[in-house]
Amino acid sequence: MADAVCTFCGNVCDDVEFDVNTQKGKRLCALGLAKFREKERIKSPMINGKEVSYEEAVEETAEILVNAKKPLLYGWSSTVNEAIRYGIILTEKVGGVYDQCSSVCHAPGTLAIIEEGIPGGSLGTAKNRADVIVFWGCNPLEAHPRHPARYSAMAKGFLIKSRKDRKIVVVDVRKTKSAAMADKFIQIKPGYDYAIISALRALVKGEDIEAREVGGVPKEVLAELADMMKSANYGVIFYGLGITQSRGRDRNVENAVKLIQLLNRHTRWVIWPMRGHYNVVGAGEIPAWEVGFQYAIDFSRGYPRFSPAEFSAVEMLLRKDCDAMLVMSSDPAAHFPWKAVEHMKNIPVIQIDPFPNMTTLLSNVVIPSAVAGIEAEGNVYRMDGIVLRVKKLVDSEYWSDEKIVHEILKAVERRL
Amino acid sequence: MLWIKNGIVVDPKNGIDAERMDIFVKNGKIVNEEDVRKEDCRVIDANNKLVVAGGVDMHAHIAGSKINVGRTMRPEEMRVVRQTAGKLRASMGRVLLTSPAIGYEYARMGYTTAVEAATPPIGAPHTHEELDSIPVVDKASLTVFGNWHPVFKYAADRDREKMKAFIAWALERTKGFGVKVVNPGGVEAWMYGGNVRNLDDEVPKWSVTPREIITELVNANEELNLPHSVHLHCNNLGVPGNYQTTIETIKLVSGIRNDSRQVLHVTHVQFNAYAGSSWRDVASGAAEIAKVVNSMDNVTIDMGQAIFGHATAMTSDAPFQFTLHKLTGSRWVNKDTEIEGGAGIVPITYMPKNPVHALQWAIGLELGLLVESDRVVLSTDYPNGGPYTEYPYVMAMLMSRRMREKELDRVSPYVQKATSLPAIEVEKTLYEVIEMTRSLPARVMGLESKGHLGTGADADIAIYNLNPNDLDPASQYDVVNREFRVPAYTIKDGEIIVKDGNLLKETWGRTYWVDARKKASVDSIDSDLNEFFTEYYTVRRENYGVAEYWMRKPERLEVN
Repeated sequence: MADAVCTFCGNVCDDVEFDVNTQKGKRLCALGLAKFREKERIKSPMINGKEVSYEEAVEETAEILVNAKKPLLYGWSSTVNEAIRYGIILTEKVGGVYDQCSSVCHAPGTLAIIEEGIPGGSLGTAKNRADVIVFWGCNPLEAHPRHPARYSAMAKGFLIKSRKDRKIVVVDVRKTKSAAMADKFIQIKPGYDYAIISALRALVKGEDIEAREVGGVPKEVLAELADMMKSANYGVIFYGLGITQSRGRDRNVENAVKLIQLLNRHTRWVIWPMRGHYNVVGAGEIPAWEVGFQYAIDFSRGYPRFSPAEFSAVEMLLRKDCDAMLVMSSDPAAHFPWKAVEHMKNIPVIQIDPFPNMTTLLSNVVIPSAVAGIEAEGNVYRMDGIVLRVKKLVDSEYWSDEKIVHEILKAVERRL
Repeated sequence: MLWIKNGIVVDPKNGIDAERMDIFVKNGKIVNEEDVRKEDCRVIDANNKLVVAGGVDMHAHIAGSKINVGRTMRPEEMRVVRQTAGKLRASMGRVLLTSPAIGYEYARMGYTTAVEAATPPIGAPHTHEELDSIPVVDKASLTVFGNWHPVFKYAADRDREKMKAFIAWALERTKGFGVKVVNPGGVEAWMYGGNVRNLDDEVPKWSVTPREIITELVNANEELNLPHSVHLHCNNLGVPGNYQTTIETIKLVSGIRNDSRQVLHVTHVQFNAYAGSSWRDVASGAAEIAKVVNSMDNVTIDMGQAIFGHATAMTSDAPFQFTLHKLTGSRWVNKDTEIEGGAGIVPITYMPKNPVHALQWAIGLELGLLVESDRVVLSTDYPNGGPYTEYPYVMAMLMSRRMREKELDRVSPYVQKATSLPAIEVEKTLYEVIEMTRSLPARVMGLESKGHLGTGADADIAIYNLNPNDLDPASQYDVVNREFRVPAYTIKDGEIIVKDGNLLKETWGRTYWVDARKKASVDSIDSDLNEFFTEYYTVRRENYGVAEYWMRKPERLEVN
């Protein structure tokens, strides 16, 4: 067994072990184990279905990117920081558009930061201090299985010595598996997050609300929750896609942030998103320091411009606004609206990924890569912005993402 | 090899004040004339030009989670395009700059070294990734200690040996350069919604006070004999009346000596130099602080000058940032970090007609003028007080009373009664401002090869179109303010990076870190560390910190 750092979800559990020979793991959850176990791989680099060398695939990629008027370079949430950094510089060099998986996921949270900031904390503050934790629109037991044990509901630390020292609230539109671990489960009507948060703000302020119920939740239940929040010593809201991808989107998060601002006038509260892929945070942090923005960044004028819903991947494809696409460790063909995918069929697509997926089927250039965390090392951002180094457990013939993107960058620079 | 010919050299460390002389460079170092073959030298005509060491910014927030979430929160900052992409990178930002822009703008001002002022320990890998993306300049980062639970424990126990071991361990793990302390105890109190208000307020759940934390850290730092002293952001920052806490804090180290440098550096003192009891009667406490600093020979400070215009407050002083958010109603980022401390970020605009902002602007200048030039470093606490690109403005202001009078005309009249600035006659000399921006910050940091032009120094050199023998800074302040923004040459490690204000190429500087493990028994805290990590951290001890091989160009300074 070798010490490993898991490269599946935003938990980035750094206490796991995996044996490459026996394919057995320790402390890995089902999702992590599935990630680490051997499965079908892309065998070789390919151009139009024909097997080629890495060097040929890199040259072809560079040729496509340099000749394109506006290439879209998308994905980046399941690779290491080193590869992302080269990816950003590459996009700048070719005057393309950089976008990452957040734009169909947690990006409304980024817009809320632009509006209001974010009063947050690292996962260790929840573990050590939080006596009330609210999971809102997220289902950690199924999406981030070890989150409750390692960081939140069941975690013990400086002030919290047992599960009894902490109250757990789950707010969701349906009774998820996570609801079972809650002291209080509040089922809300879909699309009413904003209204309910507004009601809570009023109640926390000490104002009355006229409605008897909001979003399917009786006023008394909301008043109880407001009291619970105010009387916490240190509270945390962890939110998920239930907030960012339902009616209201970024405004929901913004409203929740305002609730937290208000609660900090009484006691301590923080709020944090439950980010999905293991390095989706890095896919935003690195462009932020390299070019100033997190996603939806266009370089066609020679300098970066940020415009979500204009330069985000789905909208670019729907408008047929890109004439080539590079997909890094993602599967837009499976997850994007079919009209967007249709445009992908009409333009040259380059895929970099360890595993075959739907996008492989419509890619002109396919470049298989080493699996980060098993065959390649590098830095990644845990969901709370803490950087961990994922490890290389075994040698591989596959090039790492970092090497592939660096070679493409060099091949592009030779052509410019 | 370079032969910088006929320049007018100002080199305070070596006592050279506007002497015409030649400087020779070989293998990135400054060498004696006989060590070069003149026919192989590239000659730089510095006739009647000012030749000085590259500038050293010893306190700026240039890398890590704080500035980066600042960028995320403020896309409006990125509407300023300083340079489009080409051979070099696109360079972006108004006050908050992208990493490429940070390196480029320092170089374009003749600065060649910059120190990140506050790294949350667990955030060190992030900080170093960003430092590795800043071109040209040499870098270092200061690790934040003052609210870290093990520090509370060893301070409360008065366990000097373990404190030293912990500092040595932590600096190695974070690849840090020195011991930064921010509002000691106050950030821990913020985890309960409070703050500490004086040096003897007990930290919640810990029987320890700010006084004890500071004293124990300073003593441990001195016994380790680290290159840099404790670097302190005082308690009560941004609170009217806080100048008394600052003075009391400074006096904590009277009697502690170090022959080569200060034993305490108090940073961005402008924010800690307020008299009065509320924002209604707030006034300057700068003169009193200056008196105390001048009376001691073991304390240095930096100004934390406020610049009118946009800025972004970002500090590990999380409770202060919440206060600022409540005060201005502006956006607010908070980040509590494991058991290590916290941070906050709030946008701010300093407006000349706002009495408080004008006061802050005046206090920074008072400190720069009233404190002797061998103990006050020029800084804006970038981006808290404003952009470092305005250092030339501050230099010109320090050198010219006439410029100050002109500027005073456009600011709130509140400063007339609340500060002594209008009455200050001091005009710093060119030699003194070169000291405040070069040799002094290098000495304060313990960077011996920086900030001067003596033999063996790094060939980090700035050449400006200013002839000291033909310049009256008091009346030609506009010339000073203009020319320090556009060096004729910036030379980094012997390479010409900037010519006539234009960036010629991108190079990559070193990142210095301090290894003090030989001076302490790190083994003595082994079981403590295991306990801290098992009980309180969310990462394993083995996965904590930064390895040298991840870094682009690490340079280890070993303390023997």
